[in-house]
Amino acid sequence: MIDALAAGPMEQFEIVPLVPLRIGAFDLSFTNSSLWMVIAVGAAAALLMAATGRRALIPGRLQSVAEIFYEFIADMVRGSIGQEGMKFFPYVFTLFIFILMANLLGLAPTIPFAPAATHPFTTTSHIIVTFSLAMLTIAIVLIYGFAKNGLGFFKLFIPSGVPAWLLPLISLIEFVSFLSRPISLGIRLFANMLAGHIILKVFAGFIISLIGAGGVFSLISIFPFLGAVAITLLEFLVAFLQAYVFAMLTCIYLNDAAHAGHH
Amino acid sequence: MDAAAAKLIGAGIAALPLAGAGVGLGIIFGNFLSGAFRNPSAAAANQQTMLIAFALTEFTGLLGFVIAMLILFVF
Repeated sequence: MIDALAAGPMEQFEIVPLVPLRIGAFDLSFTNSSLWMVIAVGAAAALLMAATGRRALIPGRLQSVAEIFYEFIADMVRGSIGQEGMKFFPYVFTLFIFILMANLLGLAPTIPFAPAATHPFTTTSHIIVTFSLAMLTIAIVLIYGFAKNGLGFFKLFIPSGVPAWLLPLISLIEFVSFLSRPISLGIRLFANMLAGHIILKVFAGFIISLIGAGGVFSLISIFPFLGAVAITLLEFLVAFLQAYVFAMLTCIYLNDAAHAGHH
Repeated sequence: MDAAAAKLIGAGIAALPLAGAGVGLGIIFGNFLSGAFRNPSAAAANQQTMLIAFALTEFTGLLGFVIAMLILFVF
């Protein structure tokens, strides 16, 4: 317990195995990360099932929430891929809701003196989670792109209207930018979550050390406290914005796969 | 110079991209706002593009942050 109180800004990202499980050389333990992923999926499913359970022509409050989410993502998919992109709607919607729930649940407050394994854990603050999601998107783009366009998918690297002598250079740049897509997609979400949570804990640390210094210092500890409150608000914005950006970039990449020729 | 000091200096230098990201974000939001005040009716249609540009620019700053964290906690 003392360890938890004396923790630095990085300890919040520690993975704690809850149900140890080893198969051969692989560690398949059910960890606090897995637990909060399950909670995120459960919370999303519970919210949407409760919202759409009793459908009414005139939506109630909960049903309105679900309809706003649906319309938001449906507009995004239609706007960037077009009507035929609606077959990707379930994927983009799932991605958006999962990332949003994982980001928001990570901002939940810790119950004082609860064991470390039950602390709210931001699954999206681990690069392997975000990178897996990004690779899933890129895998869908590649499979769908080659299935739909065949070798015409390589037209993605040949932008129209470029002079012939410039084409090798432009194609190389386009190719490298395509290769860096999963990396930038994964790192953006991971780094945003990591940075936000570290800043929150650093400000919390200021409060503790100022109160510990005593006297007039414990009075000015109100300023880092207000700062921590402001950053928490900012983090709620970032949690939503990053889920939005992830879904939006997924739509843009899927659009490249759907319309490789008209680039 | 001993390795620990060099590590801290390196992490500090790796935080410099934040300056560029800050300038870039200022340019994006400033230009969007000046355009939006000139033609408010077109602002809503371009909000999406602005947010994407925001995410892409922010990424450069965050990459610097990740490098700083790697230097501090991995090596």
